[in-house]
Amino acid sequence: MEKLKYVGQSSVRIDGKEKVSGAALFTDDLEFGPDLLYAEIVEGPHAHAMINSIDTSEAENIPEVLCVVTGKDFPYNFGLYMKDRFIFAQDRVRFFGEQIAAVVARTPEAAKKAAKLVRVNYSPLPKVLSPVDAVKKDADLIHPDLKHYEHVPWFFPKPDSNIAHHRKIRKGDVEKGFAEADYVLDDTYEVPRYAHCAIEYHAAVAKYDHSGRLTVWASSQSPHTQRNLFASALAPMGITHNDVRVIAPHVGGGFGSKAGVTMEIIAAAIATKVKGHPVKVLWNREREFYNTYQRLGVTANLKVGVKKDGRITALHHELYWDAGAYVEYGANVVNAVGLSAIGPYRVDNASIDSYCVYTNLPPGGPYRGFGYSEFLFGLESHMERIARHLGIDPVEIRRRNAIKAGDLTAYGARMNPNGLQQAIDAVEKEIRWEKKLVSKDPDIAIGKGFSLFWKAPAMPPNTSSSCFLKFNEDASVNLLVSGMDIGQGFLTVMAQIAAEVLSVPVFKIRTENPDTDRNPYEWQTVASHVTWGCGNAVKLAAVDARNQILALVSRTHYFPVETLFLEDEQVKCMTRPDFSLPLKDFVIAGIQMEDGTFKGGPIIGRGVFMPEYASTKANPETSQGGHPNVHYTVGAAAAIIEIDRRTGKVKVKKIVEAVDCGKAINPDLVKGQITGGILQGISTVLYEEMKFDHRAKMLNPNFTDYKIPTSLDLPDEVVPIIIEVPEPDGPYGARGMGEHTMIPVAPMIANAIEDALGIRIRSMPITSEKICLAILDRQKND
Amino acid sequence: MKKISFSLNGEQRFVYITPNEILLDVLRYKMGTKSPKCGCDTGDCGACTILLNGKAVRSCLIFAVEVESQDIVTLEGISRDGLTPLQKALIEHNAFQCGYCAPGMILSATELINSNPHPGEEEIKEAISGNLCRCTGYQPVIDAIKHATKKH
Ligand code: FES
Ligand code: FES
Repeated sequence: MEKLKYVGQSSVRIDGKEKVSGAALFTDDLEFGPDLLYAEIVEGPHAHAMINSIDTSEAENIPEVLCVVTGKDFPYNFGLYMKDRFIFAQDRVRFFGEQIAAVVARTPEAAKKAAKLVRVNYSPLPKVLSPVDAVKKDADLIHPDLKHYEHVPWFFPKPDSNIAHHRKIRKGDVEKGFAEADYVLDDTYEVPRYAHCAIEYHAAVAKYDHSGRLTVWASSQSPHTQRNLFASALAPMGITHNDVRVIAPHVGGGFGSKAGVTMEIIAAAIATKVKGHPVKVLWNREREFYNTYQRLGVTANLKVGVKKDGRITALHHELYWDAGAYVEYGANVVNAVGLSAIGPYRVDNASIDSYCVYTNLPPGGPYRGFGYSEFLFGLESHMERIARHLGIDPVEIRRRNAIKAGDLTAYGARMNPNGLQQAIDAVEKEIRWEKKLVSKDPDIAIGKGFSLFWKAPAMPPNTSSSCFLKFNEDASVNLLVSGMDIGQGFLTVMAQIAAEVLSVPVFKIRTENPDTDRNPYEWQTVASHVTWGCGNAVKLAAVDARNQILALVSRTHYFPVETLFLEDEQVKCMTRPDFSLPLKDFVIAGIQMEDGTFKGGPIIGRGVFMPEYASTKANPETSQGGHPNVHYTVGAAAAIIEIDRRTGKVKVKKIVEAVDCGKAINPDLVKGQITGGILQGISTVLYEEMKFDHRAKMLNPNFTDYKIPTSLDLPDEVVPIIIEVPEPDGPYGARGMGEHTMIPVAPMIANAIEDALGIRIRSMPITSEKICLAILDRQKND
Repeated sequence: MKKISFSLNGEQRFVYITPNEILLDVLRYKMGTKSPKCGCDTGDCGACTILLNGKAVRSCLIFAVEVESQDIVTLEGISRDGLTPLQKALIEHNAFQCGYCAPGMILSATELINSNPHPGEEEIKEAISGNLCRCTGYQPVIDAIKHATKKH
């Protein structure tokens, strides 16, 4: 095995100093000078209504207002996977708070004042708020034009319905599988919507200059995808990709909310109406909740058949997703789950129906975990219940069914190498699963819960990453990539990969968030794919640079190229131990020959990575035949909790989580993802809850009423465990793990609650109130 | 417009404001001090934390007129003469992820350390409990503060 010097080390983050010194600049920290304009949005006060008229005249008369724009100014639709979204509402609004118009003014105050004076006349329509209602035959249609929307070829919308996409799996013989089962458990699980709650708001500043150049500065996970979507949405105005430039400063947390395009397009579009001025669109905390994306809600009917020994004979999973008013991105969550809702198990007979259903609620979209937290809440609750029913140990039932490398996934492709068994063993041991814990205090109940998890990146099959690498005079390096450091440590990890290949210390490698004019293409920083995908591109670029260096030295010093290697910023030769040539002597200047001429020149590497084996081409009735997911990352986790029977309050005592990231390029950063993801997971199961009123207006879009954890809400102990079964096509074997860490938390806590109290709760969140009511309910029935 | 003056990171500064202007906005948009961040505007997140006469306060809840003749320190002021042991420990522990909560979190911890140089874990948790962080799960931040303040 190759000995590694930089990869596998817990290097300090290369952006660490910037972030603790206050030097790090986020979008709203940038200065745009005295000509900066401010936009304020006019929001619709109905969840579903036709817009009859918009009167902007009064608003336009306010001093310092430059213009008021509405849907009429931009009759274009856009979207990542399906073009069902609009810059401003066109003839109707589809969720409470949707943007109808914007006022652009010299000051935020003038813009706000004028926005209140835009008069809109509506005819309310019946609203559809649950996916189960929305799929009924007589349900009102939210998108009567659904059949006309452009979409990716792997979506299957049902015209004249509220079903924007239906992903179907048919594998093996499900009927036969259920007939062979000794026990079948059939039940329904409910997971509501959640909000990302990145602490930084969405922010975008756009400038359409007098030469026709459109520059957008945005807090973004997706600079290139934004450029693509801006250019295609605004193409009717004559704007091309070449005209659009997206610059992405530091991002104050994303979790999916800043992927794709949401409010940023408002800035891009209105800039075209105030040529020459930069214009700022800054969201606020309320809008963060109801007008970016929300995590989709789901109602999942799950039926699993097993033999007496716990082996799964058949699985049927039917998921109705509350995907919201626009599903241009959210429909792919539904698709991803449709392909993977067997969980990390070997299931020979499976059927899955994953329905993407429009509702008159805020647009559903990507959120850390991309649907896997939602369906695994049901599936991992189910596995625990089946084990209890059969009298099998809950860990053992998972071990027996766990998917292995080479097994067939739900869509018929082979499962990648993985360390699921190792993860199960490691967690079982660390949590001391066999040890029964009993509380001395009769008011306190103790429980243990277990859960597996898996997730694949959900990406188009031609998703790609690329990298330019250039040397500077002192043999320091600039790495140009377009992945985003959204906190996960992406830039540090890219530097470590390049450092390894080039034998240059990590601190001498500079890599920053991108500018689409300067940095080469990256699809988006989502799907936990950038360590793997962009890491491959960086490695290839570094190898390209290394090859140029070695070829040059071979040419100038007449050593066979295969005897040359890099070590400690120098070129060395295996056959000539006395030879060494510092990189800084020639990576820019070249190497001088005896005749005084120079050879070489600046060393510049390039790397491109695209998974050329991926394909979404499959039979739409069964999903068999393609290779839509490049690989799955798997793991296991367990929790010990204490519940106060009087208050229903849950205290998390210990969590152990093992994740197989293939290779931890930076173990400290992997552990950071585990610590952070676990708390986010705890938050969704125990604390967070969205409330809507009868108008479908969100009632608690703020941190006073929508609780996220503070430093006082931590588990007593978190033990992160890293498993490393290499991914064959990952850089140094690495695969992604950022989203995964929160996925097992909700089901394992639900399982621990059942272990402690004998009560099964099948809907999230599991608040103290819900636990208390369940305890009272049981007392009544006893 | 009213002229107010106060000490900002050790320098005497003045600025013209209207009485309803919020200190956070004045610092960020009128005085070029960008480290205090906005994450809520309602006193819930702590991203806007600054030191006012040495006390950690939320600048989104304070009118700028209130700080006339007072002493304000932001993260820029702390970093000017090199990083503090706390900041160094935060780097060493890879404590922050996106870093958006960092300016507020560091000032809350600085106030704690100034009054209590060797705090216990519970005191640390208490001190930063008004600073929301969505990324880290807090533990790495707590560990770094512990490390920076442990008795040698
Ligand atoms: S912005 Fe002041 S507490 Fe959130
Ligand atoms: S590091 Fe992202 S909010 Fe704290």
